[in-house]
Amino acid sequence: MDFRIIRVPALDQALRPNIWDIVALILVIGAMVLIVYGGKQTTLPLSSLDVAPVSLDPSHLPLYALRTTMRMLLAIVCSIIFTFIYAAVAAKSRRAEMVLIPLLDILQSVPILGFLTFTVVFFMNLFPGNVMGAELACVFAIFTSQAWNMTFSMYQSMRNVPKDLEEATQSFHLSGWQRFWRLDVPFAMPGLIWNTMMSMSGGWFFVVASEAITVGNTTVTLPGIGSYVALGIEKQDLKAIGYAILTMLLVIIAYDQLLFRPIVAWADKFRFEQTASGNPPTSWMLDLFRRTRALRALTLPFAAVNRAFSNLRINWPASLQPTKKAGPPSRAVDAIWFLLIGVSTGYAAYRAYEYLSASLGLSDIFAAFGYGLLTLTRVIVLIALATLVWVPVGVWIGLRPKLAESIQPLAQFLAAFPANLAFPVFVYLIVHYGLNANVWLSPLMILGTQWYILFNVIAGASAFPSDLREAASSLHLKGWRWWIKVVLPGIFPYYITGAITASGGSWNASIVAEVASWGTTHLTAAGLGAYIAKATEAGDFPRVVLGIAVMCILVTLFNRLLWRPLYAFGERRLRLG
Amino acid sequence: MLDQPGDSTLIDFRSVCRSFPKGSGEALTVLEKVDLTIRSGEIVGLLGRSGSGKSTLLRIIAGLIAPSSGNATCRGETIQGPPNGIAMVFQSFALFPWLTVLQNVELGLEALGIDSAERRTRAIAAIDLIGLDGFESAYPKELSGGMRQRVGFARALVVHPDLLLMDEPFSALDVLTAETLRTDLVDLWIEGRLPIKSVLMVTHNIEEAVLMCDRVLVFSSNPGRVAAEFKIDLPHPRNRLDPAFRQLVDTLYARMTQRPEPKAQPVGPAAGGGVGMVLDHVSSNVLSGLIETLAAAPYNGHADLPVLAGQLQLEADEILHLGEALQLLRFAQLSEGDLVLTDAGKRFAHLETDARKKLFAQHLVDYVPVMGLIKRVLDERPSHVAPAARFRNELEDYMSEDYADETLKTIVSWGRYAELFAYDEQSETFSLENPN
Repeated sequence: MDFRIIRVPALDQALRPNIWDIVALILVIGAMVLIVYGGKQTTLPLSSLDVAPVSLDPSHLPLYALRTTMRMLLAIVCSIIFTFIYAAVAAKSRRAEMVLIPLLDILQSVPILGFLTFTVVFFMNLFPGNVMGAELACVFAIFTSQAWNMTFSMYQSMRNVPKDLEEATQSFHLSGWQRFWRLDVPFAMPGLIWNTMMSMSGGWFFVVASEAITVGNTTVTLPGIGSYVALGIEKQDLKAIGYAILTMLLVIIAYDQLLFRPIVAWADKFRFEQTASGNPPTSWMLDLFRRTRALRALTLPFAAVNRAFSNLRINWPASLQPTKKAGPPSRAVDAIWFLLIGVSTGYAAYRAYEYLSASLGLSDIFAAFGYGLLTLTRVIVLIALATLVWVPVGVWIGLRPKLAESIQPLAQFLAAFPANLAFPVFVYLIVHYGLNANVWLSPLMILGTQWYILFNVIAGASAFPSDLREAASSLHLKGWRWWIKVVLPGIFPYYITGAITASGGSWNASIVAEVASWGTTHLTAAGLGAYIAKATEAGDFPRVVLGIAVMCILVTLFNRLLWRPLYAFGERRLRLG
Repeated sequence: MLDQPGDSTLIDFRSVCRSFPKGSGEALTVLEKVDLTIRSGEIVGLLGRSGSGKSTLLRIIAGLIAPSSGNATCRGETIQGPPNGIAMVFQSFALFPWLTVLQNVELGLEALGIDSAERRTRAIAAIDLIGLDGFESAYPKELSGGMRQRVGFARALVVHPDLLLMDEPFSALDVLTAETLRTDLVDLWIEGRLPIKSVLMVTHNIEEAVLMCDRVLVFSSNPGRVAAEFKIDLPHPRNRLDPAFRQLVDTLYARMTQRPEPKAQPVGPAAGGGVGMVLDHVSSNVLSGLIETLAAAPYNGHADLPVLAGQLQLEADEILHLGEALQLLRFAQLSEGDLVLTDAGKRFAHLETDARKKLFAQHLVDYVPVMGLIKRVLDERPSHVAPAARFRNELEDYMSEDYADETLKTIVSWGRYAELFAYDEQSETFSLENPN
């Protein structure tokens, strides 16, 4: 069971929709424009790639699963390296922090598959005619789905390192490098691992989505489960889809049992608490590993290398060291720094404007926002529906510890399962019964993300103090009053965490969910996701940029105006214990 | 303990000042012109109220913060960053929860680049010395508070520092554990088994200072400076019941209450009538309880502070804190180590709840300028509503943000008890409306 308090790192921050967000938004969009622009300059007609065609033979599935998993693991390694560097720089340097943190916040709300549109062209041009470029684009897409929240978590841990430990490392003369590995990283570990786990869950969705994608006249088909399903859709082979779903289930079970449970159980020692907690997480895999002498012996060289590595006496450059001087930071350097940011933002804004205005008019912007509002409506309605269903169910399960213990891992597992693998089944039904695509494609958006609401509510209800429950029943609180005065406030912070994750995931999923096909039948639900998907397929970059920018703005506003105030309220008034 | 030659000066401070920037942009002086010398072979105690800057002073010695002005040297060299040969023991232990006892103790040696064999030998030696054998592989969260602080000591001792800095090392421990640890440490010190030359200890516990130190520096608050110095020549082991020991404790109590000024900032001519007074939060329940205790036998309105502190199991700092709050409200008077109830205080003790609240409210308005100000503003405004920010800004002209927070918290809590005004935490506004 994993009933620890789950936090959304990005939301712990103050409410500050400020100038930095706009700067960051412009910089992100400007960078995308520049990448496409740079890519265009060197575009060569891409001849057919040297890729072995994907086949629907189920005997190939283990190999495809392996390749899909390899991409995942490669991306997670990149994410961890990125996290360490980015978070360390942001946490140690005040000036870098001013730009890096809002930038991260915007990057977080860019739809992942939006990144893919740009990077496919970019990476394929880096390795023309080689499958390497496509692989890298895919890995990069997964990376963008994983890195941001991990980095946020790490950054926030580094900013909140207990002062006494910080003083202890200084007073015992630890170098900056030693401090990073001995204090900052271990302290950040529990949050980082939790966020990595969430990232991996989300990552499966995108690895599957990005294995078979068409950007303009560039088609990527990487051998993997995602492209297997894509072929299954084309060939209208429902049985193949079933095989793929089964394989994915097995892969996720294996990854959960062999990789993540051991890591979570091992990382329990990093939890910053002064007293031993009741129920530490366990893992049979870790126990097995700890009991075998031979395997342990194998790790000794690694431990030695790790020790030597973390004991290197490297100091941070002076500019990154915590200021010991009493005086305020230099105004002149600040001024230059602001000027630099201003110029870059201005340049990015200019390039973006120039690029977009060449082919887009005001009416396009209105159209994109109109589609955006449609998708927004879908997200709101779906979250509301999921809430109505899963909150009562989650409370009912969470208040029964035995049941919760067996359901909770299942809910977490379902959240990790890439729902897009199951999309064809639904599309088949819609086509078969001739249902309205505008309505019936919508539930796909929340198919994979609703479980976040469920397992957070279960966690909240399980953590609900039994004395409060007893007090409520001794006061004869029942029915509506019991829900409104007792349980709902108690689970509110947990519910909000789940709902935020679910809503973010739904926006991302809209790009895949609003457009669906089964064989030659193509279904479209009007919305921003479909808008971006179609522009991507047509290679219409200005419209992709516009669609992404609109989605970015809507997601950011939605977060700032709704979720963050609710989250802050929950943390302030309703957090128990 | 040993008589060292005069040139064995470890730490030398000349006119050291330290100020922190505060909300209004001016600086808040925490330490003012501190002169201090620490020589080899002595245990020096820094005794003072919380907020008197003694922890700041300790951190300047440790090289964790730099002085704003003045000359701070360690063995003749200006302190820039943590000097070699100084180790620190923390009030909160500051152990790394993900390292075992042994790894925690080895940490300081690793940072010095000492090779692993010697590291292990020295760490084991320190662990044995401090009485932790058998706990080497335990994680801090498995240990009791006393054992954790022993790890803190071992970790500091293992680097063989010349000077051991201790920041209220026993104040997070229960009474019995703290006493055991103190006597263990003093025993090791007089037996000459500690690999250190001197100890500097910050404390607000008067008896602890008299029990352990060769020399005690009494700090005054706002801004912190050395108010007095006492040499303690009592032979070890010292006995708390020894009349000479009691005498010293009484003298120190008297010294700490000698100038019972309220913790007001030295304010300029445009000071707004004392609005800039830092109010430490003391619950009205505690104040009522203390007044009742004082009014009842055996004190009958007049208590000796050490005796009262002993009965209530409070440390000197805490009892002074309460005494000052009562003095501010004119319910009692502090003088020469005694706490004496005023007439109003005696009246308060015999009143019913509602009448108490009325009397409390009256005293708040009359004697706490900022309360009077808030009441006046609320009465004058037609809406009878005022945002807390209005008063916070005024407070921050005189004090740091932390103190302003603390003061505001006190204002809210006392004002609510006295039913002077209501406060809405969500919108951060004061108002005259009460829910009834």
